[in-house]
Amino acid sequence: MSALSVHAPVLLIAIPLLGAFAVPLIGKLGRGVRDVFVGLIAAFTAALAGLLAADVFGRGGAASVYVLGGKPFNIPLPSGMTAPIRILLEVDGMSAFMGLITALVTITAIAFSFSYWKKRSGGNMYYSLLLLLTAGIFGMEMTGDMFNFFVFLEVTSIAACGLIGFRVWLGRSQEAGFKVMTLYTVSGLFVLLAVGLLYGEHGGLNIAYLAHGLTGGLIDKIALGLLLTGLAMKAGAVPMHMWAPDAYGEAPAPTSAVLVANSQASLYGLFRVLFTLFGITVSAATTGWILIGFALLTIFVGVTMALVQNDIKRLIAYGAVSQIGYMLLGVGVGLATIVAKPAYGLVAMQGGIFHMINDAACIGLLFLVAGAISRAAGTRDLNKMGGLAHTMKYTSVFFVIGAFALAGVPPFNGFASKFLIYEASFKLSPFLAIIAILSSILLLAVFVKAFQGAFLGPRPASPGGGEAPLGMLIPMAVLTLVVIAFGLFPGFFVERIVTPAARALWFGRDAYISAILGG
Amino acid sequence: MNGGMSVIVRTVSRFVYGLILVFGFYVIMHGHLTPGGGFQGGAVVASAFALLLVAFGAAGLKGRLNAHLLQSLEEVGALAFLALGFLGIGTAFFYNLLANSGSLFGASVPIGPNSGILDSAGTLPLMNWAVGLKVMTGIASIVIVMLIGARKEETE
Amino acid sequence: MNVGNLPFIVSALLVVLGIYTLLFKRNLIKLVIGVSLIETGVNLFLVMLGYRSEGIAPIYTFAPAGERMVLPTPQALTLTSIVIGLATTALLLSFAVFIWRHYGTLDVHKIKELKG
Repeated sequence: MSALSVHAPVLLIAIPLLGAFAVPLIGKLGRGVRDVFVGLIAAFTAALAGLLAADVFGRGGAASVYVLGGKPFNIPLPSGMTAPIRILLEVDGMSAFMGLITALVTITAIAFSFSYWKKRSGGNMYYSLLLLLTAGIFGMEMTGDMFNFFVFLEVTSIAACGLIGFRVWLGRSQEAGFKVMTLYTVSGLFVLLAVGLLYGEHGGLNIAYLAHGLTGGLIDKIALGLLLTGLAMKAGAVPMHMWAPDAYGEAPAPTSAVLVANSQASLYGLFRVLFTLFGITVSAATTGWILIGFALLTIFVGVTMALVQNDIKRLIAYGAVSQIGYMLLGVGVGLATIVAKPAYGLVAMQGGIFHMINDAACIGLLFLVAGAISRAAGTRDLNKMGGLAHTMKYTSVFFVIGAFALAGVPPFNGFASKFLIYEASFKLSPFLAIIAILSSILLLAVFVKAFQGAFLGPRPASPGGGEAPLGMLIPMAVLTLVVIAFGLFPGFFVERIVTPAARALWFGRDAYISAILGG
Repeated sequence: MNGGMSVIVRTVSRFVYGLILVFGFYVIMHGHLTPGGGFQGGAVVASAFALLLVAFGAAGLKGRLNAHLLQSLEEVGALAFLALGFLGIGTAFFYNLLANSGSLFGASVPIGPNSGILDSAGTLPLMNWAVGLKVMTGIASIVIVMLIGARKEETE
Repeated sequence: MNVGNLPFIVSALLVVLGIYTLLFKRNLIKLVIGVSLIETGVNLFLVMLGYRSEGIAPIYTFAPAGERMVLPTPQALTLTSIVIGLATTALLLSFAVFIWRHYGTLDVHKIKELKG
């Protein structure tokens, strides 16, 4: 068991990749064999992520290094060398936390897909792309090397756009796929340009090595600006959010949740660059306030655009965009105060990071519900559907729980993380907390309108076939359990999994560097 | 384009196709000694396939194309690459188990300028072959889909 | 021969031309060409990072002894970037083919089914 957890960082990337390549071959043997195989791969990956998280949090979030192809695998600097030469994976508290989020979202999406694809063909390519996307997201989260991060960023871009344009018989999904792919590629090229600038200036690609050698000159500032633009573009911060409603709206329902995990992984990349790579060498207060500016725009624009939507998936997509703003707000407050390090800075970081897992669970739940009801009603337009609460009782309860949790109503998990953000941002500037609270209230109004449109009203004239099948209800129930558990016992979960992650970013820059360069 | 090109082009391309294949395999095989490797050699071989497609047209190659075989070979190449990565998992992922060991591709190489020993570098030439196989079949599939799939629309 | 900063200026020019094409052109294929121009500019920039003056190719096979070599790492980075560019361009072009089949036009301003 300890051998497995020691190799876990690289197995988290290699096992989904193996699954992605083997699914078309195994799919020739039949649909049932393929479903069992994909289920096994997903379960194994989730178990590995849990094992890795238990291992890292048990050590208090200290970083562990894995050298690809090195002998042995955990000594980054062989005797006599002063710079790391191989590709290194470095897993600290924040990486293990993101691994947990990705594992949760992936396993529920794959479990939902089993019954979503029951009657359709083309499932081989779908599972292959989904597993490739998962491997790419884990790669982005586990790596300790800037160019390796870029490569996995592009892998996830290509796999995500393949999934967005999957339904080739619809014109608008092709249009969405083209627009999203152009934007993802341009953002990836900005990141590559920044990585090239940093390599040319300091002669290394490893994050710890670069962090050790950064001086804060003009080239470093240009690289910071390019990285901030590229990664914020991919995460969906306003004003570069135009792709997000098209992407989340046109992808098949289970994959919209995994696309949200993709955006959160590039947000993780942004945090890793800002806190560990640059830290305090480039003016942290200015960068923090730029983040806060993006965050306020995102929160506000996301919610107001959601008010006018009639398509339920685009409505939830705009909700997802605005929640990214909350994460940016929490971490931005943390970055702006990182030099003085007041107590509320760590609380803001905890709020922002805790909101990542809460948002993943709630948005995942809402997208799965949207998939189930668009199946039952045959349409995604809120004006045309109605009265589904009569036939789909469990699904409507799940929708209510997910919507209230996202809007920050106690006792669900959204309230716990949003309260931390309100508290900490109020201490920095009361204006921030006021906008955040108002937008949460608006979001609640948006979801009440959606609930009324989809579920309330008279029974539908043509019943689209009762309650969602059991295969769809179980993943939704698992996510609801997570939402309720995190809401009822927030202190327990914050202390166990969120605080090591927040401390790894807030205090852990020197520990990250010395784990590779030694002392 | 459905009818292919003239007799001269078709005859010459039948001959040149073999030469391009040999050159492509040479580039893949010697990836650890000279510039080249898996992707470069695979792209050269795929360009030989594109030459045939242009010279004979889609109709001329109809009977000999097997898209399913190309897809299966593509997956075999990808799985072979991952299997070679798992080969050294006892020490680390991607550990080069065969280098300097005396077995297949295991001759030891001195540091610095040398005369290019083909038998060296362990799993590197094997990985070059896996990647080369995947790239040749992958780019060939893309070329087939773009040429034949798009042409079908125009004649309807 | 000393070329000074000329390759970096050319690379910046290519990136600017690519961004101009993405912003102001309407045909889908021209947008794909714009993305390809940005990729080419970035690849040229990466390769130039490794150049050391009067250096030879970084290959040990039959290399003359005692000569300075250019850095091999940027060449590996550029190769990876070219491969990623190939996959990206193939995906963008297949989306363009499907859009042409559905809408019958390649003009970005006329393909407006997704709004709001």
